[in-house]
Parts: sequence; C-alpha cells; structure tokens
Amino acid sequence: MPYTTDQYEGMIAETITVQSEDGDRIHAYIARPLGPGPFPGVVLINHLPGWDEYYKEATRRFAHHGYIAICPDIYCRVGHGTSDDVAAQARAQGGVTDDQVVADMSGTAGFIRSLPNSNNKVGIIGSCSGGRHTFLVACRTAGVFDAAVDCWGGNVVQDAEKLTPAQPVSPLDYAKDLDCPLLGIFGEEDQSPSPEQVAIHEEQLKLHNKDYEFHVYQGAGHGFFYYDRPPYRQEQAMDGWGKIWEFFGKLLGN
Amino acid sequence: MCTNIAENAYINGWGKGVDGWFNVSQVCVSFDHPTYAPFEHAVNIDFMNIQNGNAKRVAVELDTESAKELIGLLETALAKGKAQKIS
Repeated sequence: MPYTTDQYEGMIAETITVQSEDGDRIHAYIARPLGPGPFPGVVLINHLPGWDEYYKEATRRFAHHGYIAICPDIYCRVGHGTSDDVAAQARAQGGVTDDQVVADMSGTAGFIRSLPNSNNKVGIIGSCSGGRHTFLVACRTAGVFDAAVDCWGGNVVQDAEKLTPAQPVSPLDYAKDLDCPLLGIFGEEDQSPSPEQVAIHEEQLKLHNKDYEFHVYQGAGHGFFYYDRPPYRQEQAMDGWGKIWEFFGKLLGN
Repeated sequence: MCTNIAENAYINGWGKGVDGWFNVSQVCVSFDHPTYAPFEHAVNIDFMNIQNGNAKRVAVELDTESAKELIGLLETALAKGKAQKIS
C-alpha cells in the first residue's frame, strides 16, 4: 500500500558488506524501511553497465515500497573505480562467472533472512544480464528465493557458440530446476532476448509445469524501464512496475 | 555481458584521461550495450591500463557505421605511412 501523507516514512540506505556463499566478502548497497517490520526482502542483480546509480535508485525504490532491498556489487572482486570503468574492466575479463553470481546472491538472501526485521521471504530481480542471472540463480538455488523477476534477460536461451568459460551452461538448461514463481517482463522489439527466444523460454517453463507469467510489451525494446536512456517507454514501464509490485506483493507480503 | 562479444589485445601506447596522459597496455573492443551512447548496441573501445585491480580508461562508444569508418581510416593512415616508409 502506498504511504499516506499523514504516515511516518523513513528509510536507511548505505553501503555494507555481505558474505558470499563462496566465503568472499563483497560490497552491497542496502536500502530498508525504518521500523521493526517484519519486511519482505528483495535482492537486485545489476545490469551490464555496472553497479550504478540506476540500480541504487531501484534499490531505494524497493525500500520505499516496504522491502529490505540489497544490491550486491557483483563486480566487487574485479576492482574499484567509477561504476562504468569497473564494468568495462569486467567486460574485458569476460564477465563474472555464473557460479560466483549464484554464490553472491545466495549469500545475500541469507543475510536478509538473518535480519531481525525480515519476514523470511526473499525475492530476486534483475535486468539485462541481471535478468539472465536472475533466472539462473532462481534455478540453481533451491529453497532460497520465493519469487523471481526476469526483466529482458538476454542469453537465457544461450546458443552453444555464445557459451564462455564464465558462462559454461545455457540458463535454459536449468529450467527444470526453477524453484519459485517467475515473472518475465520483455519488450517485443528487443533483439536480445528476441520474441522468438522468449517463446522458447516459455515453452520450457510450460514443459516442466513451472509457475510463471510473461508479459511482452508492444512498442518497447530492450531496457524500457531506463528513464535516462532512449529506449525508455513511460506507459510500458509503469505497467511493468505495476506487475512487479503485484507479483512480489502476492508472494512475499506478510 | 549481453552479447559476449568482447575482443581483447595487449597493446602499447598512450591515452589521455581525466588525470592526464597514461600508458595504455590493453584494449577491449566489444559490441554490446553502451554505457552512455544513445544506441541499443555500440562498438565500445576501451583503452585501459589495469594495475592492482584499478583501471585507468579512455573509452569511446561508436555506432556501427562510425566503427567501420574508423577501421578504414586506420588502414588508410597505415598504408600512407608505409608508402612514406614510416614505421
């Protein structure tokens, strides 16, 4: 429910460290409502351009909507500098490994559940490469996440020639292991994932009787939530955010 | 990494960043989402010097036609240099 004008409202947002399941300590940006809770949790996985301002704003947006939200810096081990410089460095290294991202997200979910004001439910969301990671993590971490949102994740359907040492398995191969409900938000004009790839993804989810809902928006391409980029589509983005609040509210709410 | 198209080479040269000139020892050419350019995909060229996990970088993000033009200019300049016996 949105805040009313006579209601107390507050949040804290800061950089912390969380422990990945691989034992490493990495930076993370947390935003959480003030108060005893209990609050549901959300883990955000940043997109290709990095652990940037957009993702920190999105983290605070989830806190505004009543979630303990954490966005770990998946590039923390790569180095430090401005977010775009570090992202470029990660790209030059072939990206971070899928195994590492799975460990980072699982560790972050555990951190949220350890908080005294957690309601013990945790969702996960990411866009672009973070959307791919979201689906992958939701498939490879049984019992960890209660809901997952894949926003236009490219390479969920990953052809053999696009596999790399860091990404050795197509996420689609794990579809049978998906362990929580999935919401997919896509643009019909996107090249990656293309509507054909989204259809292949959906086909596998149907085949394995998974709980999912996909929304493919007309007049939208890749990254249509990014208000600071040309692909931004106001009407589709606002509807997409509405779908996210409804989905997480139903599955993570108290 | 959305396209996984990122080609790397070790090079030797100098670039000018916000703190002045520095030796560039690596270049990464990717065809992927840009950070700033208003395209869905761009040819991103990162000239870098990475030491102790920290990268100095000179970056450009080009549309496809500009990247092709750049290739032509490089080849033309090198060919003219060769004709003048410059190495």
